[in-house]
Amino acid sequence: MSQVQLLVGTPKGAFILDGDRDRRDWSLRGPLCEGWPIHDLIVEPESGAILAGGGSPWYGPAVWRSEDDGRTWTHSSEGLSYGDGEGDGVAPITTVWSLATGPDGTLYAGVEPAGLFRSADGGRTWSHVEGLTNHPSRPTWGPGAGGLILHTIVPHPTDAQRVWVGISAVGVFETRDGGATWETRNRGVRADFIPGPEPETGQCVHKFAMAAGQPETLYQQNHCGQYRSTDGGLTWTDLSRNGVPSQFGFPLVTHPRDPETFWVIPLTQPEEGRFMPEASAAVWRSRDAGQTFTRGDAGLPQEDAYLSVLREAMARDTLDPVGIAFGTKTGQLWHSADEGDSWRLVTGNLPEIWAVEAVVRES
Amino acid sequence: MATVLLPRSLLTLFPGVERRHELAGDTVDQILTALDGAAPGMRDRLVEEGPRLRRHINVFVDGRPADLATPVGATATVHVIPAVSGG
Repeated sequence: MSQVQLLVGTPKGAFILDGDRDRRDWSLRGPLCEGWPIHDLIVEPESGAILAGGGSPWYGPAVWRSEDDGRTWTHSSEGLSYGDGEGDGVAPITTVWSLATGPDGTLYAGVEPAGLFRSADGGRTWSHVEGLTNHPSRPTWGPGAGGLILHTIVPHPTDAQRVWVGISAVGVFETRDGGATWETRNRGVRADFIPGPEPETGQCVHKFAMAAGQPETLYQQNHCGQYRSTDGGLTWTDLSRNGVPSQFGFPLVTHPRDPETFWVIPLTQPEEGRFMPEASAAVWRSRDAGQTFTRGDAGLPQEDAYLSVLREAMARDTLDPVGIAFGTKTGQLWHSADEGDSWRLVTGNLPEIWAVEAVVRES
Repeated sequence: MATVLLPRSLLTLFPGVERRHELAGDTVDQILTALDGAAPGMRDRLVEEGPRLRRHINVFVDGRPADLATPVGATATVHVIPAVSGG
């Protein structure tokens, strides 16, 4: 019997919504993690433990861990530091922004100010991936509107030496040697806010994800367009003229089995308010690797819907048909049990939603 | 031994840890290190890189604002209080 959970991160703690395979009725638990601001939640594949990354204005950054389905939690930030001292490069870490697990069980955490840490013991202790911080471009890194944050971590599904990360507003990097050295992966990605020729870094990546079963195919939602790469990020092709109503947006999720299907939520430009165009809510799906996009809005509000969705606030499950969920900055959580064709409101009264994760548990 | 009093919001992060502690130490830094012995991980919640007290954590020694270097007398009272500036 499949149980489906939606894990939700907010500035007022984590929440869990429990549902069944039909994904129509949900029960809400929370706030969890003592009401800490939570930016990302994942499930550790081997153990089934829930991990939550965040940071408290008072008590600093931490990764929370629950091994009993969210009932009790521990937390740690041991080693989650650039070290003591003063000056550039040793700024205090304020929060954990992103979490991911590699094929060898390594747990990764992206933090603000941007950097990458890894844990070999499920988040109890951490070590700094210094190779990324030591990249020659580091002195030039500058923040986006959300801060200088490492918000996306995409480990290769079988090769533990390869990991891609996304930093705002810096761009995509890849390591092929387990984090010792990193190379930029931004060729072909526009940075319209920087004059002159295409820079090596400075691109404002918002989210990227890997195509199912095709590790060299990545899809990216950027400040300046939607993109596809078929060579592991070496080069990117702009998809933003293929039917989406705006090149701007934050989240992007890929289908768990079809490498050509992914979803985005275009928003108006920052100067125009960052809400769904014409205040008419929709999620846009491509079934052909970004050559065309289709609007999905059945069940979503079509008038006066000034909704915005942040970069980590959309997720999909692994059932067939795939379930998609997204949360808004105004606390509405929406779900589709038919791959985005139609939508139902799960709950409308959560705090600002920062993160959504969809989990299928077999009992 | 100094008397150390901890805030409720910190205690919720460390189930079973008491609000009041009697700890030995010549400075706030040493007191917080001793506190970490009683509640592993608690120093990380109060001290950031530098090292220095986290921005929105206030420590008072006998009612006076303190930092990590502030001396702590043998019979001092140390309050750890979340700052209103944190939210």
